[in-house]
Amino acid sequence: MSQQGYVAAPPYSQAQPGIGGYQGGFGAPPAQPLYGHYGGPPQGFNAPPAAGMMKSPPTSPAAMPPPPVSSQYNPSVQQNGAHPQRYASPSAASPPYGQPSHSVYNSMASPAPPTQQLANQMSAMNLGSYGKSHPPPPTSSAAQQHFQTPAPAMGQPQMHSAPAPHMASQNQMSPPQSPLTNMPASGQLMGGQSMTGPPMGAGPPMGGQSMTGPPMAGMNRPFPGPPPSGQGAFQQHGTGPTAPSGYPQQSGQFGGLMSGPQPGMPGAFPGSPGGLAGPPQKKLDPDSIPSTTQVIEDDKARLGGQVFSTNIRGQVPPLVTTDFTVQDQGNASPRFIRCTTYSLPCTAELAKQCQVPLASIIKPFAKLPKNETPLYVVNHGETGPIRCNRCKAYMCPYMQFIDGGRRYQCSFCNCVNEVPVFYFQHLDHMGRRVDFYERPELSLGSYEFVATLDYCKNNKPPNPPAYIFMIDVSYTNIKSGLVKLVCDELKTLLEKLPREDGAEASAIKVGFVTYNKVLHFYNVKSALAQPQMMVVSDIAEMFVPLLDGFLVNYQDSRAVIYNLLDQIPDMFADTNESETVFAPVIQAGVEAFKAAECSGKLFIFHSSMPTAEAPGKLKNRDDKKLVNTDKEKTLFQPQKGVYEQLSKDCVAQGCCVDLFLFPSQYLDLASMADVPSHTGGSVYKYNNFQVATDGEHFLRDLRKDLQKSLGFDAVMRVRTSTGFRATDFFGAIYMNNTTDVEMAAVDCDKAVTVEFKHDDALSEELGAFMQCALLYTTISGQRRLRIHNLSLNCTSQLSEMYKCCETDSLINFFAKSAYRAILNQPVKNVRDILVNQTAHMLACYRKNCASPSAASQLILPDSMKVFPVYMNSLMKTAPLVGSTELSTDDRAHQRLSVMAMGVEDSQLQLYPRLIPLHDVDASGEAVPAPVRCSEERLSDSGLFLLENGHAIFLWLGQASPPDLIQSLFNVPSLAHLQQEHMFTLPELDNPLSKKVRGIISELLEKRPNSMKLQIVRQRDKPEMLFRQLLVEDKGLHGGASYMDFLCYVHREIRQLLT
Amino acid sequence: MSTYQEFIQQNEDRDGVRFSWNLWPSSRLEATRLVVPVSCLFTPLKERPNLPPVQYEPVMCSRANCKAVLNPLCQVDFKAKIWACNFCFQRNPFPPSYAGISEVNQPAELMPQFSTIEYIVQRGPTAPLIFLYVVDTCLEEEDLQALKESLQMSLSLLPPNALVGLITFGRMVQVHELTCEGIAKSYVFRGTKDLSSKQIQEMLGLTKPAAPGQQGRPVAPQEAAASCRFLQPVHRVDMNLTDLLGELQRDPWPVPQGKRPLRSTGVALSVAVGLLEGAFPNTGARVMLFIGGPPTQGPGMVVGDELKTPIRSWHDIQKDNARHLKKATKYYEALANRSAVNGHSVDIYACALDQTGLLEMKCLSNLTGGHIVMGDSFNTSLFKQTFQRVFSKDYNGDFRMAFGGNLEVKTSRELKVCGAIGPCVSLHSKGPSVSENEMGIGGTNQWKLCSLDPSTTLGVYFEVVNQHNAPVPQGGRGAIQFVTQYQHSNTQRRIRVTTIARNWADAQSQIQHIESSFDQEAAAVLMARLGVFRAESEEGPDVLRWLDRQLIRLCQKFGQFNKDDPTSFRLSESLSLYPQFMFHLRRSPFLQVFNNSPDESSYYRHHFVRQDLTQSLIMIQPILYSYSFHGPPEPVLLDSSSILPDRILLMDTFFQLVIYHGETIAQWRKAGYQEMPEYENFKQLLQAPLDDAQEILQTRFPMPRYIDTEHGGSQARFLLSKVNPSQTHNNLYAWGQETGAPILTDDVSLQVFMDHLKKLAVSSSA
Repeated sequence: MSQQGYVAAPPYSQAQPGIGGYQGGFGAPPAQPLYGHYGGPPQGFNAPPAAGMMKSPPTSPAAMPPPPVSSQYNPSVQQNGAHPQRYASPSAASPPYGQPSHSVYNSMASPAPPTQQLANQMSAMNLGSYGKSHPPPPTSSAAQQHFQTPAPAMGQPQMHSAPAPHMASQNQMSPPQSPLTNMPASGQLMGGQSMTGPPMGAGPPMGGQSMTGPPMAGMNRPFPGPPPSGQGAFQQHGTGPTAPSGYPQQSGQFGGLMSGPQPGMPGAFPGSPGGLAGPPQKKLDPDSIPSTTQVIEDDKARLGGQVFSTNIRGQVPPLVTTDFTVQDQGNASPRFIRCTTYSLPCTAELAKQCQVPLASIIKPFAKLPKNETPLYVVNHGETGPIRCNRCKAYMCPYMQFIDGGRRYQCSFCNCVNEVPVFYFQHLDHMGRRVDFYERPELSLGSYEFVATLDYCKNNKPPNPPAYIFMIDVSYTNIKSGLVKLVCDELKTLLEKLPREDGAEASAIKVGFVTYNKVLHFYNVKSALAQPQMMVVSDIAEMFVPLLDGFLVNYQDSRAVIYNLLDQIPDMFADTNESETVFAPVIQAGVEAFKAAECSGKLFIFHSSMPTAEAPGKLKNRDDKKLVNTDKEKTLFQPQKGVYEQLSKDCVAQGCCVDLFLFPSQYLDLASMADVPSHTGGSVYKYNNFQVATDGEHFLRDLRKDLQKSLGFDAVMRVRTSTGFRATDFFGAIYMNNTTDVEMAAVDCDKAVTVEFKHDDALSEELGAFMQCALLYTTISGQRRLRIHNLSLNCTSQLSEMYKCCETDSLINFFAKSAYRAILNQPVKNVRDILVNQTAHMLACYRKNCASPSAASQLILPDSMKVFPVYMNSLMKTAPLVGSTELSTDDRAHQRLSVMAMGVEDSQLQLYPRLIPLHDVDASGEAVPAPVRCSEERLSDSGLFLLENGHAIFLWLGQASPPDLIQSLFNVPSLAHLQQEHMFTLPELDNPLSKKVRGIISELLEKRPNSMKLQIVRQRDKPEMLFRQLLVEDKGLHGGASYMDFLCYVHREIRQLLT
Repeated sequence: MSTYQEFIQQNEDRDGVRFSWNLWPSSRLEATRLVVPVSCLFTPLKERPNLPPVQYEPVMCSRANCKAVLNPLCQVDFKAKIWACNFCFQRNPFPPSYAGISEVNQPAELMPQFSTIEYIVQRGPTAPLIFLYVVDTCLEEEDLQALKESLQMSLSLLPPNALVGLITFGRMVQVHELTCEGIAKSYVFRGTKDLSSKQIQEMLGLTKPAAPGQQGRPVAPQEAAASCRFLQPVHRVDMNLTDLLGELQRDPWPVPQGKRPLRSTGVALSVAVGLLEGAFPNTGARVMLFIGGPPTQGPGMVVGDELKTPIRSWHDIQKDNARHLKKATKYYEALANRSAVNGHSVDIYACALDQTGLLEMKCLSNLTGGHIVMGDSFNTSLFKQTFQRVFSKDYNGDFRMAFGGNLEVKTSRELKVCGAIGPCVSLHSKGPSVSENEMGIGGTNQWKLCSLDPSTTLGVYFEVVNQHNAPVPQGGRGAIQFVTQYQHSNTQRRIRVTTIARNWADAQSQIQHIESSFDQEAAAVLMARLGVFRAESEEGPDVLRWLDRQLIRLCQKFGQFNKDDPTSFRLSESLSLYPQFMFHLRRSPFLQVFNNSPDESSYYRHHFVRQDLTQSLIMIQPILYSYSFHGPPEPVLLDSSSILPDRILLMDTFFQLVIYHGETIAQWRKAGYQEMPEYENFKQLLQAPLDDAQEILQTRFPMPRYIDTEHGGSQARFLLSKVNPSQTHNNLYAWGQETGAPILTDDVSLQVFMDHLKKLAVSSSA
């Protein structure tokens, strides 16, 4: 989608029509009906409330809330009422799962009358919707808060001082209503639960746990409009005991939701009423605009440490920044799959209308915390996994067993298949197989199958993979001491190769190559007294000179390898060879794997542009004059030819390339990183590498990289239920055709972003399913299939859709699609497209979902309220900013590294953590809460830690208290800090030093990459680097401040609305 | 001068020369009528223990296109200190160093007994000898082990200052660096890629990248330093290399069922040649190739790796069914020529039960004077001892090998050089003495012998160009000078000059003299070389026909007979053995390919065209000794009638030594009589041929295959196939008599052959 969107000139070339870009995908008209409904009712209902809203919000939030709440609830109630009836029949089929029931609900919901729409939205939120029905009053209050808050927020800054506080603290928002809402909510919830209780035993707990509430609330607020019906509905709800039975779970959840959301809900935001961004902005209180840190903290407070059960369809998970535990109950953990929205618009038209991209970010090998169960491995023996005959989807919880268990219907293509005899099992009274809980593939969202030979190359079981270390031993690397560093490190590091749980030693084989203009292979067979070196100078046609003894088991050959690693630095100590080759090095790796018939990974430690006469020779094509021109894209494009073919070869052989670069100048990273970025590899870059300052940083990276758990020679296929399909893929992947995502290797930090498009209308009742199947080779050489299943809701209500959006995922998608787009279009166009789409998404929300309000008011969906800050940050990133001061290689590097990122990483990248340290409680456990990334948050007498997953800064204010400096650096004052202090903290025995170092090392531990610690003093030159990361400020190399951007977007929205 | 026999012997001993005619017909016409051309077998480095080399430069004729060396045949004016060249009649002053010359104070080169003289000259830096081992690793474990041991042993035989290098190959080709400490380093080449010499040198890092405007020769020390990594003095790398050889593993690449191992012999040789070419052009060097099978991939591949397609046979070749033959041959020829240009020789030690592609590769050795040794396995004494013998030393303790030889032949005006046949290549030196009529490698009067040893013998063919109407003055003598420059194994540059002269004779008036000056042994070998040379390029039957024709013409010319009366045919003593030689030559493996693989044929021919006269004759007509209680061992006819039950026969065919125990003897031996003290004499009888065989084995290079067999033994076929089948299953009259063993063959016997020859010789229609 995105690619097409961006590439295609028409949609995007016009800045405003941004929407157009999505039209293709989402164009389906059905949206209108929704509007119709919505509009219809609103008019009826809304009119009164709306007016009230409009006027009142700013002034009297309290007044507002009640009506909207009621309205919302009412619909939901109605739904409930309605549902039960409809439900009855479907329930029979769906009972087994919480989710199925949901789908039913949804479907039910959609048909519901106008009033229900609200309910729909609610319901779309999953549980939330149900809850709503019960808690109408409370929710309404919450919703109101939102409304109010937004209004106030905007208005307040300008007009009233009072409102501001509301904004700043969500609690403030809620206060007026919250007491009321909360109370009632809980009460209702209780009721709801009790109601629900009977039907679905599981329901209630789920609801409580899932806590989807918050987002819901956000959504709700905008909608609350129609209060009138609400009451009625509510009553109905009460009256309709039948309904509850169906809904119970939801209600329970809802309750949870309700409580959660309320606190955090500053969904809507005040645009500057004045409309003119300029003057008003200045008056705006920065605290009044949505705060990412606040959102994160709220989510943490609400959901942190809780259990998230995945038994409900379309459930919005906690933010990536929140610590929570996942319990797999039929859907893949959000650690594996996150979606931009958990409630898909039913039709393409609707999707097009809102322009919210539909995408999933799949991280198939995501690391699971220790307290979560690792994936079960299912072995069906020789027959292999059971698959749908037609679409080849794998057996999963969504398959419906019928005919007494003799057949099952595929939920992806609806094909009815025979159940193989050995797999037959009776169904219980719920229509569920008796062995439901015994079979992971029937009850879990994620699990693995043991693959049969049919899934192996040449029908032969794969060999264990291998790691080859390829060290550039040209002059630069020798001189910098890198070669010695790597060799020394490898001696210990090789002990820690990833291994299968419980295995005594790693099955991974290792091999060694050094190179400059020629390649040196080493025979380290255990039988040898000393290693043997084999020089291959035929770089035009690379080949592997030996088989036996090149790839060896580390344990067996340890002595020889030690010997070798000791010798390598000495052997080349007096080299004066400065030219290197590159493509032949990778080629050699591929050939080695080919010869050994295995897959594996290359670790290449390279220093300079490969200028030696050989395939893949590169030349300096770094031309700063191209920046900000139509040709800027060429800077990001790899050179064609050799590297393209090489990527293909690598992927075909399952050869992943990890590249460690140590450049002192431009080395055409765009070309050099082409292969890694297509093979699931990573690129690390250490400019002007010096052992003293960067050594530890590099080694941390190397250690992390080497020990990562991963799968090799992987092919991923994303299957979807009818009505939509995966159309585009982003990541460190290779696509030979349009459906199979090939990755030479995929590790625990690599994510693939998948975009979906509608084929047809989706049914609210049935929902939408996706199944991601990843065929790969384990580190011990077993062929496996890893299956992740996820079910989503579908809705015909935009408000519902918006409610279920997830900003972090959205921004991940936007980052990737924009970064890809700059390969084909001028950077400026891409930026325009981003802004336009942002504006469009928000405008659509405003137009269709928010209650009428002053045009000057900026109203944001709760789920997206911090979206603009991310978007703005994205546009200020090096690849998109278009500044000649940035190194081309750095831009290319960042571009590529983001392409493979998961949601956590992209979130951190785009909104770094700024942690104040000056008033840290040195004795406590807690890490101080981050503050917003803005210069304004700094103080001259403060100490701040800033990290974005790639760099970590310790910022020392000019007026830092000497005692702090003393305890951290053991020098009396800032002025005494020397150069050598700038990269490391001395190990001092005082609480503060320990605490700070503890925080830093914890961060280093947690992030997938190492980060180089840089200590900067305020006003020192290096501070520039630090300031670059203050994403709410004006960009150093261009780019607006958050505030300016928000105003700009607001203006765009208003333009769109008029 | 007593007899021609003695004269010939004396000349051979002194000069290493045997002429087919020792009186030369004085006109071209007469010469052609003699059928056997004026030609000689010349052994340039014949061992002359009694010939101490002189330590000065030869004096040469000042005429630019002559440059003949001062010799005993020159006329010298001692007063004027002037000498006249006996080839071009140029008068030359003696150089200043000869100022003291007088009738009583003559330099050695003027003394008649120094018709062969050797000079030691000081020219340029002396380069050490170079030995580059090229080792196939696609061997059976046992073979490889044996080979490794042989190679390690050879290190101790090399002169300490000799440079040695190691290339191993299998699927890949590895050039081993010998100086590395702590880690064995090698450069690896893909076995399938044909690389130019320049590429190879670049890849080995032998060329300075982009040496701007290569002026003349690159700086020598630098060059040496670069190549040092691969070629090191033995004394420096002895240990390293021994270890390296010790660690050599069989080619590690898996060989699937039904496949041959992939053997990149072609590329390995190319790398070896390229390495030497770049590092040591024009220096004596030996590339020693050890192979255990045919090249199966890359350039020079002889057979594919599919075992189901057997390697080409003569049958395939005749049917034009040998796919790789032409391409491979061309490839190796190109390599051989490059190698020859730089004076490097290539030895091939092929040990395998099947063929190894010698047919295609033979030119490598043939053109560069290298050895070819063929055996069944490296783990046999045949290989081990032969290889050891490569490094044998002479009475001075010098290796019996010389390098970078350059043979120039100068003739007096009445003669021209037609060509030479032997382990040499033409240097394309066109001089006035070069004939247009080519025989063997012609069109030149200079040849390069990259490597030669004391037994290396060339056949050199001449043409008498004197016109019939311009008779040579009475008593005039024709002269030929052989100038051989070479690098002695002790790295000295030496020049050996042999000047010979023979009388002219008028064929019309002095035909008897000419006939009696005929050296039938030399002539047989010289004609045989011509035949073998032809056989390389022509169909077998054509060669035989040509040979027959020559024989018939010779018999017609010199035989005494009445027209159309075969029984009256007589040949003089000096020609009497010649037809018999031809008979055996026709049956020899040099001209018959039946029962021989193409490799074997190539191998036999290779040795035939380089051995001296005696050995060549043995090859043509094997020697048969008979041992019995009836008297001392005696040579007997190579005839089936010699195979008697109470005899032990020892046959030497050069390539094989067969000891054959007659039926009775075999039974006695089986009964164990030799163990009994009272039959001590039988034990001695059994021992006698063994001792004699041992003596031959001691000296022969390459070691012959030693076969001990008996009547009825399967190996007896080696004997039976060689003897004249005078008794076969066809002439039943001999059946059951005690006069020998019938041979089951359809081949004609010598008797039949002679009868036929006589008939044709006397035929008036012929």
